[in-house]
Amino acid sequence: MTAVIETAGLGKRYRTLWALADCTVSIPAGHVVGLVGPNGAGKTTLLDLATGMLAPTTGAITVLGGRPAAGPAQLARVGYLSQDAPLYTGLSVADHLKLGARLNPGWNADQARDRVRRLDLDPRRKAGTLSGGQRAQLALTLAIAKRPELLILDEPVASLDPLARREFLQDLMETVGEHQVSVVMSSHLISDLERICDYVIVLVDSRVRVAGPVDELLATHHLLSGPRRDPASLPDGVEVISASHTDVQTTLLVRTSGRVLDPAWMVSELGLEDLVLAYMKQAGASRNRHLEVQK
Amino acid sequence: MIEFHLDARSGVAPYMQLIHQVRHGLRLGLLREGDQLPKVKDVAAGLAINPNTVLKAYRELEYEGLVAARPGIGTFVTGTLDGGSLAAHVPLRRDLQRWLGRARRAGLDDESIEALFISTFRSASEEDIA
Repeated sequence: MTAVIETAGLGKRYRTLWALADCTVSIPAGHVVGLVGPNGAGKTTLLDLATGMLAPTTGAITVLGGRPAAGPAQLARVGYLSQDAPLYTGLSVADHLKLGARLNPGWNADQARDRVRRLDLDPRRKAGTLSGGQRAQLALTLAIAKRPELLILDEPVASLDPLARREFLQDLMETVGEHQVSVVMSSHLISDLERICDYVIVLVDSRVRVAGPVDELLATHHLLSGPRRDPASLPDGVEVISASHTDVQTTLLVRTSGRVLDPAWMVSELGLEDLVLAYMKQAGASRNRHLEVQK
Repeated sequence: MIEFHLDARSGVAPYMQLIHQVRHGLRLGLLREGDQLPKVKDVAAGLAINPNTVLKAYRELEYEGLVAARPGIGTFVTGTLDGGSLAAHVPLRRDLQRWLGRARRAGLDDESIEALFISTFRSASEEDIA
């Protein structure tokens, strides 16, 4: 399958500050991709480069094989929802659907109307009077109804209450099941990602720390604990992601494609959340603090 | 039709939880040959999980010969796990209920009953092996 987003040495600099540096990833189609990392890691910058809202300082990026926002045809293939669920507060729900139909050649008016009805949104309501959950759902409706091949979502559920968040994700997963759209979404909420994503990219301090299918990542990372010893004594091909020691015990999080056979280690599996946090912490050790760069 | 649920804190991968629930349903006779499993899209929407996760669970069950996918229609149960013993469940359950009553009258609490059952179960299976 082709890549939905492919970057090589991609970087974005604001004056002296690199918001994203040396980013090389290839995200295959047909996945729901979670982009995780602390504030200021470069998640929004990467997504803005993918939508063409920003131009790269270094390197190259292709989205669905084309240049981001190269023309109307390219724009029609990508749906994008930014952090603040942007709507026109003075326009009604019905106006938003009309606008969507005018601006998007592949607009599916029936689907948009159906969704608005199912969400119980009064078409006459002004967008500015909707609740946060309703606004997010309306914005998702607009992004879905243009029938994109790739849906890019920047922290779509961050500001929603737990119920609205669940409903949003239910609708998103239904859409993925129905229309085979690829999704790339950034989020802080690893517990949500665990249900939803089958591909994860960990971005810390403007660099990609780890990327891959969730199954594969979980199968190749193990937690080892045993009597205290030097991690350097591990066999080749075992990469130590994090290590902690007490006076008698050593605990290691390692990545290896093979099996850990040394009986001195107690090997346990770990969940996605622990794995992601370990990569974040690893980077944190050598970390220069950045300010969150807003566009 | 069965309805799936997910325990986010169990530490068990979501697709494994779905597989367990189908196997559990087959063992208890909640699912029988010919029954349809919930549609992938509906499970994804209902639980807010990735449709690929549901597909993976269904594929695994298919590999085990327990279900079969009919393209465009759905996934159906084709095997059983009760080993033809479902009829025996009723009297066995009655015996177990009687035994539980005796355990309670003897003053055992829930945890003690569970511990006693599991340790007896284990030693019995070990004797079977030996």
